[in-house]
Amino acid sequence: MTGEQPYGGHMRGISMMRLRGLVKKESYQIIRDPSSIGIAFVLPVVLLFIFGYGVSLDAQHVPMAMVIDKPDKAAFDFISGFGQSEYFSPVIMNNIQEAEKALMQRRIDGIVWLRGDFGRLLLSTGNAPIGVIVNGVDANQARITIGYVTGAWIKWLERFSMERGRPLNIPVNVDYRIWFNAAVRSRNFLVPGLIAVIMTLIGAMLTAMVIAREWERGTMEALMVSPVKIQEILLGKIIPYFVLGMGGMALSVAMAIFIFHVPLRGSFFALTIGSALFMLTAIFMGLLISQTAGSQFVAGQIAIVVTFLPAFMLSGFVFDIGSMPMVIQWLTHLVAARYFVSILQNIFLAGDIWPIFFSNCLWLVAMGTAFIVIIRKKARKRLE
Amino acid sequence: MNRRGTADSASGQAYQQHGLSVQTPSIVKSSSPKGMSVHSEYCLEATGANKSFFLGRRRVIALDDFSARVKKGMVTGLIGPDGAGKTTFMRMAVGLLIPDKGRIICLGMDTSRDSLEVQAAIGYMPQRFGLYEDLTVQENLDLYADLQGVPNEVRPGRYRELMRMTGLGPFTRRLAGRLSGGMKQKLGLACTLIKPPALLILDEPTVGVDPLSRRELWHIVYRQVEEEGMSVLLSTSYLDEAERCQDVILIHEGRFLGQDEPHVFSKALEGHSFILTPSRGDKRRLQEVLSERHEVIDALILGEKVRLVTRDAMEPQEVKRCFQVGVDFDVQVVEPRFEDAFISLLKRKKEGEGEAELHHAITPSMVRGSRDEEVIAVKDLKRKFGNFYAVKGIDFTVKRGEIFGLLGANGAGKSTTFRMLCGLLPASSGELRVAGHNLRRARAKARAKIGYMAQRFSLYGGLTVYQNLRFFSSAYGLRGKRQRQRIGWALESFDLSGLKDARSGTLPLGYKQRLALAVALMHEPEILFLDEPTSGVDPLARREFWRHINALAEANVTVMVTTHFMEEAEYCDRMVIMAQGEILAAGTPEEMKARFRSPENPDPTMEDAFIALIEMHGQEAESA
Repeated sequence: MTGEQPYGGHMRGISMMRLRGLVKKESYQIIRDPSSIGIAFVLPVVLLFIFGYGVSLDAQHVPMAMVIDKPDKAAFDFISGFGQSEYFSPVIMNNIQEAEKALMQRRIDGIVWLRGDFGRLLLSTGNAPIGVIVNGVDANQARITIGYVTGAWIKWLERFSMERGRPLNIPVNVDYRIWFNAAVRSRNFLVPGLIAVIMTLIGAMLTAMVIAREWERGTMEALMVSPVKIQEILLGKIIPYFVLGMGGMALSVAMAIFIFHVPLRGSFFALTIGSALFMLTAIFMGLLISQTAGSQFVAGQIAIVVTFLPAFMLSGFVFDIGSMPMVIQWLTHLVAARYFVSILQNIFLAGDIWPIFFSNCLWLVAMGTAFIVIIRKKARKRLE
Repeated sequence: MNRRGTADSASGQAYQQHGLSVQTPSIVKSSSPKGMSVHSEYCLEATGANKSFFLGRRRVIALDDFSARVKKGMVTGLIGPDGAGKTTFMRMAVGLLIPDKGRIICLGMDTSRDSLEVQAAIGYMPQRFGLYEDLTVQENLDLYADLQGVPNEVRPGRYRELMRMTGLGPFTRRLAGRLSGGMKQKLGLACTLIKPPALLILDEPTVGVDPLSRRELWHIVYRQVEEEGMSVLLSTSYLDEAERCQDVILIHEGRFLGQDEPHVFSKALEGHSFILTPSRGDKRRLQEVLSERHEVIDALILGEKVRLVTRDAMEPQEVKRCFQVGVDFDVQVVEPRFEDAFISLLKRKKEGEGEAELHHAITPSMVRGSRDEEVIAVKDLKRKFGNFYAVKGIDFTVKRGEIFGLLGANGAGKSTTFRMLCGLLPASSGELRVAGHNLRRARAKARAKIGYMAQRFSLYGGLTVYQNLRFFSSAYGLRGKRQRQRIGWALESFDLSGLKDARSGTLPLGYKQRLALAVALMHEPEILFLDEPTSGVDPLARREFWRHINALAEANVTVMVTTHFMEEAEYCDRMVIMAQGEILAAGTPEEMKARFRSPENPDPTMEDAFIALIEMHGQEAESA
């Protein structure tokens, strides 16, 4: 611009007065709008409780039928081991037909069948096969159940042999150890992953909806004609929702540590940096969505489809990315939550592993930058 | 202050030097960035502005080679019906839209190039002003003061002044969402004026606002002009408001139609306007016959009289001689109104473009029954929503063939009453008889005898005109030959035959209104309910619509109508005015007006009567 500007002086930079006004306005709206408080603070609590307590990928108290064709001391000894395990609720049944019927009716999830020759084979060879039938409808649960039964069986055989001073002659003896999550509690990796999903919701969905609301109610037109700059409008949205999101984040982390007893092995510092980066990326996604959607309803729908669902399915929060088809694996690179899930699971369960942390942060920075560049390009103080 | 840079301190100084005056025009001029039209007497100049939009695949021309100039230091009205291009022009003037062709200079700056500078210098209130409903009145003011960079020192004084002017002082801590429509609009205006702008642009500030608040808004606007020397551009589709402007620009279908002082327009029609008083109360027939004549530009019912505008100037005796139509009447010459001129301009323009003349009124079949029969009877009708009484026990009756009006501001309870009468909403208590049926027991029977035309014309936009007619007629149980007959009647009477296969969603508003009326009449109802039937259509379409309604009333159809256009109240035989769920007054338009006749105001308008009633009610409520 040339010459002396009548109003140009404060137009170059960002005016603190205008920005303060916008942030204040947004904060009042957040405080007075029950739905934003709901999404930021109530939703995390509800989701964490559902996933922390309700959804578990561990098999516990699986109802199993125990069928013993020829009752003897060894058979009862084996069965009693199941009764003490928290993984199973054994039910003794008289014959295999009755057990199969119960399985059909879904009263039980599996059958352990000790055939007539169980005791004889055990004493003669030291290795007695057992029959296991599992309801395979839920493949995950079935696999876990078979694993537990196998484990229980091998353990029992070992003890049985030991007591008799005879070496166990099974060809391969697996000695396994689990790192990072020694108790194999699925909660320990579900809860950190869930935090990423919740943050996606707060950041992307809330931001997308509130800007769409300004268009819908006609407040945007009045903002547009005030001397406010487009950067100030954007910042006026980013700052309050960033604070709100980080608040929700702190709540979730506190719940994870104190209620679900998920260990936090890494540093708060890394956790804060990682969360802040992700929060910004999620808010940028929200801003971008709101620029394309004209109404709150559409913005909400788009936010769910392009941010929330991918964060759920493709972030590695529940489903392991490594076992997805190649094409889908590539696709997961576009899901910001993927990097945050990785950051969180590392910080919580493994500690500050800087190479992993930095590479994930770098991805987030790259995505965030791309988003903000597009937003800035698209945002104009015009109604067209 | 330095942090905000020079401009803020400059305006700060302006505040200190001139108290709370506007930045004097000299500041704006001397620092005009492009150094053009420095001493121009215009604050806004449009030259050959063009703008079109795409509505789906259809290109809509919003502004067509539009040129106009707005003078400094006065109130200029941008007058035109809905969809004329008023909002588009205003949005271009503030740099929210860029013209496809042509240019617009606002306060010496090009609005497409220097939109930020323009926006810093003007005040703009869009049609739905951006009040944050979950912020209080004070918080809204603070926000806009921050956005406009008003220095903290001058704020308290400015707030006090604005609150006094708008009367919102006692409500500063109330959420904006809880204010009435008129108060919201005043708050919007206060927010726009927080830093006195050099040019104030208001887009339909009085739409949907009750007459009392409307009057107050005008008062505030004039104070800005008189005391602060502000320039104002204001758009409106109420033609009576044009007369309150000092200069008007007429716009129709995106084109410039004329610009001058309002009285110049009306002066041109001196000797064209008359009031005819029919001797035997045959106002409807007289109006109908007059409307068919080529010599007539406009014939309107005004209470018991008919207002006539002729194509050529005439002497009263000439009028009597010319219109020997079988109805005896007295003639009186009256001052032409701005509206007469506008209608005349529109009509001549349409004729010049070879468009067909106004269509004939429809010919409905006669409803049997005596005109003394009460077809709607309401007794102590109440409706409660939670703890709140929307309707607090009202009584009235409507006779067969009457046009009965239900008037009131937003929230007066007229929509609730209306819905109960149509059987859409059950009453909480009271008696409600429609067409001889008790609505609380025989709702379906009563509904078969009523036709209902909703405010937003509930048509299926994706269906064609013909399909809409077929669907609605079957919904009312018409079959076979009779259905075909009725559809044929509707297509012909409303001149829709040519548009039979057009999708109703793509029709212009006036046609949609015709189709909506046709749909409501498919089953030949005895009673017709019209909810704000003419809001948003242009004045010619509105006149045509009322001709149809008059024809229906002549055929003994009872018509019940809600409206916020005070002039439309004149068409009613009788009416009630409602406020806060109560009936304030009932009677004929003449009786209503006569109640407020005084030496100062010997010929009060319907609006005067309305305002006086509301004010009286307010005082009673206060003293009670």
